[in-house]
Amino acid sequence: MSEVQDNLQDLYRDLILDHSRNPRHFGRLSDATHTADGINPLCGDKLRLYLRVDEQGRIESSSFEGSGCAISVASASLMTDTVTGLPVNQAESWFEEITQRLTSDAGASGPKTGLDKLRALDGVRAHPARVKCATLAWHALHSALENESTPATTE
Amino acid sequence: MSAPAHIAAAASWRSDFPALHQDIHGRPLAYLDSAASAQQPASVIDAIGRYQREDHANVHRGVHTLSHRATEAYEGSRDKIRDFIKAGSRNEVVLTSGTTESINLVAQSFCRPRLQPGDKIVITHLEHHANIVPWQLVCEQTGAELVVAPINELGEVELGRMLDLIDDKTFLVGVAHVSNALGTVCPVSKIIDHAKARGIPVLVDGAQGVPHLDVDVRALGCDFYAFSGHKMFGPTGTGVLWGREELLDAMPPWQGGGDMILEVRFDKTTYNELPYKFEAGTPNISGVVGLGAAIDYLQVIGMQNIEAYEHDLHTYMVSELKKVDDIRLIGEARNMASVQSFLVGDIHSHDLGTILDHQGVAIRTGHHCAMPVMQHFGISGTARASLAFYNNRDDVDRLTIALGKAREIFG
Repeated sequence: MSEVQDNLQDLYRDLILDHSRNPRHFGRLSDATHTADGINPLCGDKLRLYLRVDEQGRIESSSFEGSGCAISVASASLMTDTVTGLPVNQAESWFEEITQRLTSDAGASGPKTGLDKLRALDGVRAHPARVKCATLAWHALHSALENESTPATTE
Repeated sequence: MSAPAHIAAAASWRSDFPALHQDIHGRPLAYLDSAASAQQPASVIDAIGRYQREDHANVHRGVHTLSHRATEAYEGSRDKIRDFIKAGSRNEVVLTSGTTESINLVAQSFCRPRLQPGDKIVITHLEHHANIVPWQLVCEQTGAELVVAPINELGEVELGRMLDLIDDKTFLVGVAHVSNALGTVCPVSKIIDHAKARGIPVLVDGAQGVPHLDVDVRALGCDFYAFSGHKMFGPTGTGVLWGREELLDAMPPWQGGGDMILEVRFDKTTYNELPYKFEAGTPNISGVVGLGAAIDYLQVIGMQNIEAYEHDLHTYMVSELKKVDDIRLIGEARNMASVQSFLVGDIHSHDLGTILDHQGVAIRTGHHCAMPVMQHFGISGTARASLAFYNNRDDVDRLTIALGKAREIFG
């Protein structure tokens, strides 16, 4: 039983609950240069991501709006927190690393993110049905930076 | 049955379902997701195993012994289905892969050749996507119009407004017997009577009706009744389209292939008679054998006993759920089957689902393939606990305790 509780607490860490209750960068960005929709068709969760990329290729600001579970909202909040201020190519490499980290078996021993707060998402690895909730915002980020016109999904 | 007899009977029913007797995350499983897919009794699992081990061959083809046995078993299930839904003839029982295929068959074979621009297909706001999208497709193909009857805040079809929508431009009415998302038992008899008086055919989506109610298709008076095997304790990949013989007879085949023909020549192919005209290709024989065993099982218990038992248990579940702080019941129709949607505070349904799973309680979360219902209530999804006759009050208590835990986590 205690293992079960630990497992749940590992998923719903304080940082996750905090970001889900008080998402950072929540709302519309009126002067966005890139936008993308992320849809999780299984859940019906959806979000719209806004990025403003400056002439030097740096993500000057980012925001998101939409609705989802605690994991997907917290993940979007953490993601926007992380990529704001980063060069586009670095943000893309975060996308690669996070999706790899959360979806592959080797994730636990894989590359360390170097940003402690993103490790808060690691709890989803024990919950296969919830991995897509955690990766949705990151897929939207990838889609926005690629300027893909169709909504990003986690499928 | 008196209440104590119910409880004793339910304990014995539960013991017939092997999957219910296991621990999930260290806790005994409380399976409250039968509306998504019901568990199967050992008799169904054994019937499939026996068929596979001893009797398997293709049906309607060979002259050898195994082919004969397989055909007997497959066609025997068709007879059981006919008896179960009180159909007039086995020719009216078309075996499909499930409710979805059954409805698409009607949309493409019955409607598509006849629909004219300006014709209407009338459905309700509480339908499953399987009773929405096939009509949207055929409307796009023909220029017909899909018209949706509203539901009220209790999750009931607004009957008067629905009847007003059924007019001389209406080609067909499609309505769920029981809403999968809300548990509402729809007033199908009144809708059918109104439509029949105007000569308009009615399809009933019975996917959630057959597991809970004693269905008599002739007493209902509908023209098509569609349902799935896996919601009624049988295997996935099995389903039924019951249709009035004269309507099925006049419809062109749905898919072409083996088994649906009498004679194939390059200048002219003659189609098989009912019901084989609609069953192209080698069917899901073992699944249909399992479906027959599921019907045998349900017939022994009796659908009226199931209905009475589930009604009591649902009443108990609603009264217990109402004691949970911050709960909002979604779907409070005056006539409900044992399916209950709800939300707790502002906790997302998927978070509820995960937390409950960790306490061994399996529920469905999300939009339940009924997104328009969610749009009606202004929500993205619900948590849904659905009861079968193998559930008991302990399962319900486990649910409410687990919801308390979710409230603790989300503070």
